[in-house]
Amino acid sequence: MADSEEAISLVLFSGTEDRLQAAAVLTAGAAAMGRPVHIFLQYWALNAFRRDRIDGPLPLAPEAGAEGKEAFDAMHANGQQAWQQTLRMAKELGEVDIQACSLSMDLLHLEQDQLDPLVDGIEGVAAFYLNAGQGQMLFI
Amino acid sequence: MTPEAATAGGETVQLDARGLNCPMPIVRTAQTIKTLAPGQLLEVLATDPGSVADFAAWSRSTGNEIVTSGVQDGVYRFVLRRK
Repeated sequence: MADSEEAISLVLFSGTEDRLQAAAVLTAGAAAMGRPVHIFLQYWALNAFRRDRIDGPLPLAPEAGAEGKEAFDAMHANGQQAWQQTLRMAKELGEVDIQACSLSMDLLHLEQDQLDPLVDGIEGVAAFYLNAGQGQMLFI
Repeated sequence: MTPEAATAGGETVQLDARGLNCPMPIVRTAQTIKTLAPGQLLEVLATDPGSVADFAAWSRSTGNEIVTSGVQDGVYRFVLRRK
């Protein structure tokens, strides 16, 4: 995978729907602009990529409150594309590589076949930093 | 995935991205422009308020030219030329 300065790296930590939605939008936008995206899944974000959970309901971040819940309920009712569909579209469109953090895999007792096919592989932090190169990095 | 709204009609291809939220207008545009020949035109309609800034940035970043752009009754219209 190219490690040019154009590449963006996202570390996804949170498994709440709003944060995953924000990450999916950033990823799809970068893919549309031709910028490679590396995604590293840790902890509760990784849990959300489990095959048996990826299409299930997820909580919102605590700051969302009742108003945020209302906004997301309205978004679901409008049939707006869900985060995992936006990520699938981004992968079809551009160079998007999604890796599971090996430590989080161990912590959550997960094997790769328990993860959604959106996840390309498992790596540790050294491989993540190598792939990130000198590009920008976000923690979500 | 082929955007269902895109139809090849003569020289200029149309893409109706009205009602789509960020980043879908540029995602659909990036998907659609791949199917065009170099130099061919793509006309996009969008209602996302970030469209003006987003299409300018997308054009700068990808090298596909904005031939004309405008807004009427809250609908943004861009004519893009595939690099």
